[in-house]
Amino acid sequence: MWGLGARGPDRGLLLALALGGLARAGGVEVEPGGAHGESGGFQVVTFEWAHVQDPYVIALWILVASLAKIGFHLSHKVTSVVPESALLIVLGLVLGGIVWAADHIASFTLTPTVFFFYLLPPIVLDAGYFMPNRLFFGNLGTILLYAVVGTVWNAATTGLSLYGVFLSGLMGDLQIGLLDFLLFGSLMAAVDPVAVLAVFEEVHVNEVLFIIVFGESLLNDAVTVVLYNVFESFVALGGDNVTGVDCVKGIVSFFVVSLGGTLVGVVFAFLLSLVTRFTKHVRIIEPGFVFIISYLSYLTSEMLSLSAILAITFCGICCQKYVKANISEQSATTVRYTMKMLASSAETIIFMFLGISAVNPFIWTWNTAFVLLTLVFISVYRAIGVVLQTWLLNRYRMVQLEPIDQVVLSYGGLRGAVAFALVVLLDGDKVKEKNLFVSTTIIVVFFTVIFQGLTIKPLVQWLKVKRSEHREPRLNEKLHGRAFDHILSAIEDISGQIGHNYLRDKWSHFDRKFLSRVLMRRSAQKSRDRILNVFHELNLKDAISYVAEGERRGSLAFIRSPSTDNVVNVDFTPRSSTVEASVSYLLRENVSAVCLDMQSLEQRRRSIRDAEDMVTHHTLQQYLYKPRQEYKHLYSRHELTPTEDEKQDREIFHRTMRKRLESFKSTKLGLNQNKKAAKLYKRERAQKRRNSSIPNGKLPMESPAQNFTIKEKDLELSDTEEPPNYDEEMSGGIEFLASVTKDTASDSPAGDTGSDTPLTGRSSPRHGPPTAAAAVPEKPQIPARLQRPRAPSPASPTPAPAQNSESAAPAPAEPPEGEPGAGPAPGAGPERRGLPSAHARSAAARRVHSRRSFQRPRARRRPALLKLASLPPSCHAPPHALEQEETPL
Amino acid sequence: MGSRSSHAAVIPDGDSIRRETGFSQASLLRLHHRFRALDRNKKGYLSRMDLQQIGALAVNPLGDRIIESFFPDGQRVDFPGFVRVLAHFRPVEDEDTETQDPKKPEPLNSRRNKLHYAFQLYDLDRDGKISRHEMLQVLRLMVGVQVTEEQLENIADRTVQEADEDGDGAVSFVEFTKSLEKMDVEQKMSIRILK
Repeated sequence: MWGLGARGPDRGLLLALALGGLARAGGVEVEPGGAHGESGGFQVVTFEWAHVQDPYVIALWILVASLAKIGFHLSHKVTSVVPESALLIVLGLVLGGIVWAADHIASFTLTPTVFFFYLLPPIVLDAGYFMPNRLFFGNLGTILLYAVVGTVWNAATTGLSLYGVFLSGLMGDLQIGLLDFLLFGSLMAAVDPVAVLAVFEEVHVNEVLFIIVFGESLLNDAVTVVLYNVFESFVALGGDNVTGVDCVKGIVSFFVVSLGGTLVGVVFAFLLSLVTRFTKHVRIIEPGFVFIISYLSYLTSEMLSLSAILAITFCGICCQKYVKANISEQSATTVRYTMKMLASSAETIIFMFLGISAVNPFIWTWNTAFVLLTLVFISVYRAIGVVLQTWLLNRYRMVQLEPIDQVVLSYGGLRGAVAFALVVLLDGDKVKEKNLFVSTTIIVVFFTVIFQGLTIKPLVQWLKVKRSEHREPRLNEKLHGRAFDHILSAIEDISGQIGHNYLRDKWSHFDRKFLSRVLMRRSAQKSRDRILNVFHELNLKDAISYVAEGERRGSLAFIRSPSTDNVVNVDFTPRSSTVEASVSYLLRENVSAVCLDMQSLEQRRRSIRDAEDMVTHHTLQQYLYKPRQEYKHLYSRHELTPTEDEKQDREIFHRTMRKRLESFKSTKLGLNQNKKAAKLYKRERAQKRRNSSIPNGKLPMESPAQNFTIKEKDLELSDTEEPPNYDEEMSGGIEFLASVTKDTASDSPAGDTGSDTPLTGRSSPRHGPPTAAAAVPEKPQIPARLQRPRAPSPASPTPAPAQNSESAAPAPAEPPEGEPGAGPAPGAGPERRGLPSAHARSAAARRVHSRRSFQRPRARRRPALLKLASLPPSCHAPPHALEQEETPL
Repeated sequence: MGSRSSHAAVIPDGDSIRRETGFSQASLLRLHHRFRALDRNKKGYLSRMDLQQIGALAVNPLGDRIIESFFPDGQRVDFPGFVRVLAHFRPVEDEDTETQDPKKPEPLNSRRNKLHYAFQLYDLDRDGKISRHEMLQVLRLMVGVQVTEEQLENIADRTVQEADEDGDGAVSFVEFTKSLEKMDVEQKMSIRILK
């Protein structure tokens, strides 16, 4: 089990001594006090070090490592230059030195068992679970080439070159054969996932490059395992006994190991997703399943001698979508944090123990030529391999790997703890020069992690530097520069940079049709329907404030007052508080802006104008939306997704949708008058009833709650065929929008029966506007809602429609006889030209409508109508009067 | 979704499009692919709806403006028009400048054209000037809700003033170009994959 510290009580104790100064009295009982000091009797307190030794030591080590981490981050300067992994190794060396100085026995080393069973799995699982899937699979070909061909190339060239040099006699006399060299080459060949991540996380390279290095380091495990096993058994067999059949078997075993490992991972991912589907009533242990089942996948494939890293990686990759959808939000947070914590601690411990393990004179055998040549060969061959493979790849890749990328790729080939653990695993009887291999590996690991880790960041920065002109960007540059970023990312999306490939389409189809149905909760399948959710929320919010506003003013006419004709930007939420907040924020900003920009301020002429400029700059800096490239986050072992980006996304999304709705609304205004009149009439009736509900003392405040239940129903009805894939959701929602216009366009003129369907939702009094808004999929109501409060006539309950529409003329962009499609309204044309799918959807939507309108409490309409009739006219007169005043005719 | 006709589908007028836009054959094929994938109903052209379906555009503050830019006149954009807009973002290559034929029209991906593309996103009424109002509208799109309308107006004023040289209270294209002359537009407005 835990190899550390398990070698006798006194050594473990020593650690305790070195760390905290526990009494050096292992096993000696400590008498608590004079009064109870009778010997031989029952002892109240005993000191049993031996009893707790192992776990105690482990806990202490973890604590030390974590404390060290805190220490490192106290100084930003240090951590920004030196990678944490390097610092940890140095710390390990120091601690190891202390222990050695005290005891002269190296008792704590990183044993392969501990490493492979306890430290590596959390790190790899974390990598898989948070893998940016799309990017990963988009670059899978490249990654595989680097992982397989690259690793084999590294192993072969390094081994053979070393053998060649050995034959030349430069290394002196060693008990070593060709196979030993190849074995050494194969364990040195693999780029290490732990080291690569630790370093690359701090170097911000572009996402494609990152995923290639990262993916390579994860996937090359299969190759490493196979090469290692093959050569180890060859060495055991003895060079002469290796036949061609064995070589073929080796190649076959590569496929078995890699594909088998992947398969195990996928199977366990399936299991895991399935299990989390049914954890509704045991929420508290939900997160546990994620860890246990993925760990089992690791152990299973280890048991079958398949690639365990591949298994757990693919388990993470495959389950992430379903698990995230299935488990509750709290559980998801727990999983995220726990995973990050485990991975982060494991990484910390690994590097620290790498340092500690190096302090052990018994493992050191020095051979200058061997060590130096190994270093040279792995760097040189890595570079050559990268250049060759990239040359090949660039002929097929859409996104080319530029020379700078190649430098980073070659330089990023860090070796790490995997190599160390493998070399320690070697059997000293069969591999005669095991100690030489171990020391060389340690040197190589330290060199790559510390030296390359230190220099890669300056290197990347240096390579990218083109001009170092330092100049305060002008306002225009700032604004337009940011606009360019947005434009660029939009164009990328339109041109489809990663491309819609056939396989992905097929897969998402399959996933939607079968996998998601099996592996996701029904509720989860629905809630993935993001666009509808946002729509719903947006409209609900609007509706609430709309009603509140209406109450405040006593009418709903404010909606069409000229100042708010650009409803796009009207924020319905209570304005006063936000204004206040931002004002005070601005004040604070003011101060900090002056402080921050003090220097540049001095350089300029001091004037009020400049100060104002500064504020402007600062505001822009602060609040300009970030382009996608800047915030899009990939994978980070130490950080969790910041929520700000989501907030920004939501904000923009809301705006966009509101704007699009708006344009649909204006489209609708451009339709023909009959329809409008009919609508107007209905709307007005609805509004009357609504108004009447306010004097009734039943404030619509209660409505939202009711609406939620209705919405649930809506979703249930409308969603069944909604695709879970985000892009599709989007389109689903938008097609819905399209169907809105179509819907209203087609059924309104038909008169009562036709237009009644979309209107029923609105007509129940209590549900007033919120209902209209809450019924999200039922888009027809949204545009309607926006223009509802048009020109009501005060007295007559059944006004003449035609007159009314005449008097309500000031609608924007209204052609007198707007033929469908001929109107100038933007966005009107395309959807009316008939998209079959939109048609189909709108049909579906209508079905939903009608079904829903049956479910909705129709009965309430009548009482409301009765109420309306029974009310004295004075009750609803005032609102109308007000409305008339405010309506600019 | 997902259905696609044979790869060898000929792009109508492929050669002339290539000459005009400077795209390579491979890029053009890929874009044609993309075009057909976006065209959901196999209409042979794209409507605004088709582009609005792209999810990421909904969270792009300028998304709708950019969609609009694909439809300079009318409700549809065919493949040549689609590619023509994208051609603005082709990286500037050395050979472009070397083989510059003075008689030939400027390539679409020239600095001037890149800037002009951006300019017309701002210039909604197409009078060749970005008025204060137009600037304000763009700002509104691009700045978070925390910023008050007053601040926005202030910023818009300043931005216009900063670039406005002839004092007409609006930014002409020349002024726009000038205000950005120090910026590496060629690099900022290019996408690596569009070769």
